[in-house]
Amino acid sequence: MRTDLSPRLRVALYGLMCVLLIPFVFPTWWMITSSVKPISDIFAFPPDLWPRRFDFSTYQRVFELQPFARQYWNSAYIAAIVTAGTMVVSSMAGYAFARIKFPFSNAIFMIVLLGLLIPSEVTIVPLFQMFLGWGMINTHWPLILVPIFGAPSVFATFVMRQFFIALPGELEEAARVDGLGRFKIFWTIALPLAKPALGAVAIFTFLHSWNLYLEPIVFLSSTQMFTLPQALTQFTDAYGGAMWNIQLAAATMTAIPVLLVFIVAQKQFVEGLAHTGLKG
Amino acid sequence: MNNHSAAPNQKRPFWTIARKDAAAGFLFIAPQTLGIITFVLIPLGLVFYYSMHEWNVLANTFTFVGDANYQMLLRDPNLPPVLLASAIFSAGLVVLNLSLALLLAVLLDQKLKGIVVFRTLFFSPVVVSLVAWTIVWSFLLQANGGINGILAVFGIEGPNWLRTPTTAMISVVVVQVFKNVGLNMILFLAALQGVPKELYEAARVDGASPFKQFRRITLPMISPTILLTSIITIVGSLQVFAQIAILTKGGPGVSTTVLVYYLYQQAFQFNFFGYGSTLSILLFLIVAVLTFIQWQMRKRIVFYEN
Repeated sequence: MRTDLSPRLRVALYGLMCVLLIPFVFPTWWMITSSVKPISDIFAFPPDLWPRRFDFSTYQRVFELQPFARQYWNSAYIAAIVTAGTMVVSSMAGYAFARIKFPFSNAIFMIVLLGLLIPSEVTIVPLFQMFLGWGMINTHWPLILVPIFGAPSVFATFVMRQFFIALPGELEEAARVDGLGRFKIFWTIALPLAKPALGAVAIFTFLHSWNLYLEPIVFLSSTQMFTLPQALTQFTDAYGGAMWNIQLAAATMTAIPVLLVFIVAQKQFVEGLAHTGLKG
Repeated sequence: MNNHSAAPNQKRPFWTIARKDAAAGFLFIAPQTLGIITFVLIPLGLVFYYSMHEWNVLANTFTFVGDANYQMLLRDPNLPPVLLASAIFSAGLVVLNLSLALLLAVLLDQKLKGIVVFRTLFFSPVVVSLVAWTIVWSFLLQANGGINGILAVFGIEGPNWLRTPTTAMISVVVVQVFKNVGLNMILFLAALQGVPKELYEAARVDGASPFKQFRRITLPMISPTILLTSIITIVGSLQVFAQIAILTKGGPGVSTTVLVYYLYQQAFQFNFFGYGSTLSILLFLIVAVLTFIQWQMRKRIVFYEN
């Protein structure tokens, strides 16, 4: 529907988009500005769109109230391992399901796809019992192993398979005539071509791990082991009331780095999403 | 492993190319397949097994009770309101999410300068940490919070959003829509850009209005994407947990207690692992039935699929 627009329509469209933007942008703005307000100003009326007084001590308090640096590290290293692990597992499985002929491949693919049908919420009770039996409660193992090998990685495998199916076969055939083994072909020919799909997989896996909330609160019990989403909800006073400005300072530190990476690499984010197997 | 192909007097080596391929194939899929067996299929079997047991964690007893948990499910006075809350949440989310996503995609598809900036900003909540996003909205939706503050500037007295059943439900839906609508928006945008331009030109020659073009060309052409996004969104809506836990804790009453949150409460707060497993089976059945219905619809309503 790309048609040339009259100037009047153009202004109307810009206006409409700016109004629509408010609920998308204002919360982030409010989070950042409120995180540097003293607690007495936090519910000031009329609301201060720009802080009338600044109190940067909130950022210091975050680290005094919680082992926040440790929690930050927990989230970061778990997300990094899960992202790398998922890229390996899903690209290998996706490649084999798309390009290699082996017995029962379709049947096995259907079984793997069941992972899309069975969200981890359904299996959280037995997973808890299994990891309890293995002595892995209050460790990070459940948050690493389940996403890499279990249901969450199936979507990644699906995306990789869709990508490899669409890849022309000639390059591989030439390599096979030269006597290259499957692993060599996968590693030196197919995988380098799959960078866009791998990028999309990496982005979504990272965000999924970074946002995980139900699993950490089920599997982890000590503040030293907490991940960021869980830690963010812990900033309460002795009466259970939220310490809003401190909590928002922690939330800002959690959200802003990922947001900055996104703004720098937004083209890869958006196009990776749009042009990967997601289209069906 | 012996490589028999090296043996000179053997006509048909064991490791033919096909066999090598099969071995490679199995090796390549092994991590994913074993993972699915360990972390999905076995747990699914266990959920079913647990659901037929009475499990008292404190007394450390685990007794077979047959269908007693399922009987309890049918008699649970909380279940109808929980299912209703789940249905309202999912329906509200899908309708709002898809229509807003489509509107934004159509806007972003226009020839306007600086459109990438708008695209980036509309998409940005997707990459903001879910819990951070939910905490800010919780802060905004307090009785004396930012939204009521802004309303009061205009002389409107806002409700206590998270403490009134109707507004609490609206709030959790809306917070989730703004968080994730960017994903569907991008998928719709890609679909819109894939519609052949010639179709619109032909329609214009025939004098079709923009609205008619949208209804008769755009909607049918992007119907596969509408179906795909609705499946992703519905299944996703049944998994919503953090938003409920942070914004309302399922309240007031059980008005925002969706099935996953109820399951979590029963299993991990009250330690009713047997009954929690029964609720898991119910959740699984709902997801399976919804997915099945949508794949059936694919055959009927989706027009243009390659």
